[in-house]
Amino acid sequence: MLDLTYQPPKPKVIAGAKYDWELVIGMEVHAQVSSEAKLFSGASTKFGAEPNSNVSFVDAAMPGMLPVINEFCVEQAVRTGLGLKAQINLKSAFDRKNYFYPDLPQGYQISQLYEPIVGEGEVLVDMEPGIARLVRIERIHMEQDAGKSIHDMDPHMSFVDLNRTGVALMEIVSRPDIRGPEEAAAYVTKLRQILRYLGTCDGNMQNGNLRADVNVSVCRPGQYEKYQETQDFSHLGTRCEIKNMNSMRFIQAAIEYEARRQIAIVEAGGTVDQETRLYDPDKNETRSMRSKEEAHDYRYFPDPDLLPLEIEQAWVDDIAASLPELPDEKKARFMGDFGLSEYDANVLTAETDSAAYFEAAAQGRDGKTVANWVINELFGRLNRDDTAITDSPMSPAQLGGVVDLVASDTINGKMAKDLFEIVYTEGGDPAQVAEAKGMKQVTDTGAIEAAVDEVIAANPAQVEKARENPKLAGWFVGQVMKATGGKANPKVVNQLIAQKLKD
Amino acid sequence: MSIDTQTAARVAKLARIKVEDDQLPALAQEFSAILGFIEQLNEVDVDGVEPMVSVTPMRLKRRKDGVTDGDRQDKILSNAPDAREGFFAVPKVVE
Repeated sequence: MLDLTYQPPKPKVIAGAKYDWELVIGMEVHAQVSSEAKLFSGASTKFGAEPNSNVSFVDAAMPGMLPVINEFCVEQAVRTGLGLKAQINLKSAFDRKNYFYPDLPQGYQISQLYEPIVGEGEVLVDMEPGIARLVRIERIHMEQDAGKSIHDMDPHMSFVDLNRTGVALMEIVSRPDIRGPEEAAAYVTKLRQILRYLGTCDGNMQNGNLRADVNVSVCRPGQYEKYQETQDFSHLGTRCEIKNMNSMRFIQAAIEYEARRQIAIVEAGGTVDQETRLYDPDKNETRSMRSKEEAHDYRYFPDPDLLPLEIEQAWVDDIAASLPELPDEKKARFMGDFGLSEYDANVLTAETDSAAYFEAAAQGRDGKTVANWVINELFGRLNRDDTAITDSPMSPAQLGGVVDLVASDTINGKMAKDLFEIVYTEGGDPAQVAEAKGMKQVTDTGAIEAAVDEVIAANPAQVEKARENPKLAGWFVGQVMKATGGKANPKVVNQLIAQKLKD
Repeated sequence: MSIDTQTAARVAKLARIKVEDDQLPALAQEFSAILGFIEQLNEVDVDGVEPMVSVTPMRLKRRKDGVTDGDRQDKILSNAPDAREGFFAVPKVVE
């Protein structure tokens, strides 16, 4: 396989009033496990159900109810760990994180503080061709989601829906290896891509199935390198945590705002308080959640309702054997086997469905040409119709058919685009459609020559001009193409016109 | 380790249990007694001894991923002091 090497991107530098500052960012991404039932109960995880209908007595924390773990959720956490090249802990354990909030009926969240199921891993975050950041993963643990509070349905009351209570989350914790707002968004994008390849989380950010807490601090240039050398956090600034963001745009805006806020404080001689903040997209600012700080003494302790979770290496090996080809490998293979540029390979491997489409269409054909057709024509066309590639009216075989007709000089590039549109909208076998619609290219030099002669004879003034300025030859090409109904082989037309104008 | 009344008040607050001021000294004393007992236990050398989590050799019980519960909104809400349109209704809590 193609061995790709990358340069790390430059960290984002923000100029303060006095000094230059760099950003240091770590993220905690909460990914909802794609399971039918919840982590510890048999209630459904389905989104958008009637309020409080996907709730069991376990989720409602009725006295005497006991949690029983969903084995599938454990498998998905392991699968995710393996996909992030992480260490899998054969023994992990659950702890209670205690706090009071109306959407948390238990009064605690079951999580894994002390012994998470997944240890250290890594994610390669592509920024642009040849440039990527390797972000270290510290851990992944399983935990329960909370319910949902709605504050805008009544002036005096909050409404609570427990449907989401107890749904399985994977919290993926990174090291502070991310160095700018764009990198943060690229990190979430890459993580989302890997999760979707693995099938462990659908990555739907709008529904809140993927959300991020972002830890931001600022430091002077050079300090971060000292931290990397020693892993000593004292070289870095004090961090603030911005909670619960579910859009790439908000993540970037919140980091940008928060970094500037911290810089202003430090440059004015103040100190940044380590605290939790909320991002308000309407005002584009972050605000302190200090009111909750005192309540945030979570008093973690091992959950006495749950034995430690012990899994077997053989089971982990089975899961490892069933992993799909992951984005980095697929991209390297597309570049190696099909000769694609890194850019094209990135675009085509962003989603497994696009990658599968491309691969089917490129089979036995020139990969680069097929990639151009898929990216420039098909994606554009699907986009215009707001159609997913899985619902493409044009099959890979049909697209391949169009590419074949161009490759064999049966039709020219201009006609190929018309043919693409016809097959896309009306269907049919490209070769038969080209034949039936008379789109085949005229390569018969005699016929083209006749058309060229005619155009030259009819436009003596233009001929004079073109002889002085050869660039004007293009006008003749256009005229001949028009005269032949767009079917002439443009290469032959060009040659003949160049020749005739010289004579 | 001894617990002062201030710490006892804080623990009560974290647990959302209302304790009158005049009861705090007694509570603090009880906490101190419990912690004193723990300190006594801490004197036992348990180096290299794996913590025992169960008296019988049991494996954590698992369930299959299937929907076996739910669809009982009325029962879930039946103890709620206030419920509207299928939601629990609680005094307004906004960050």
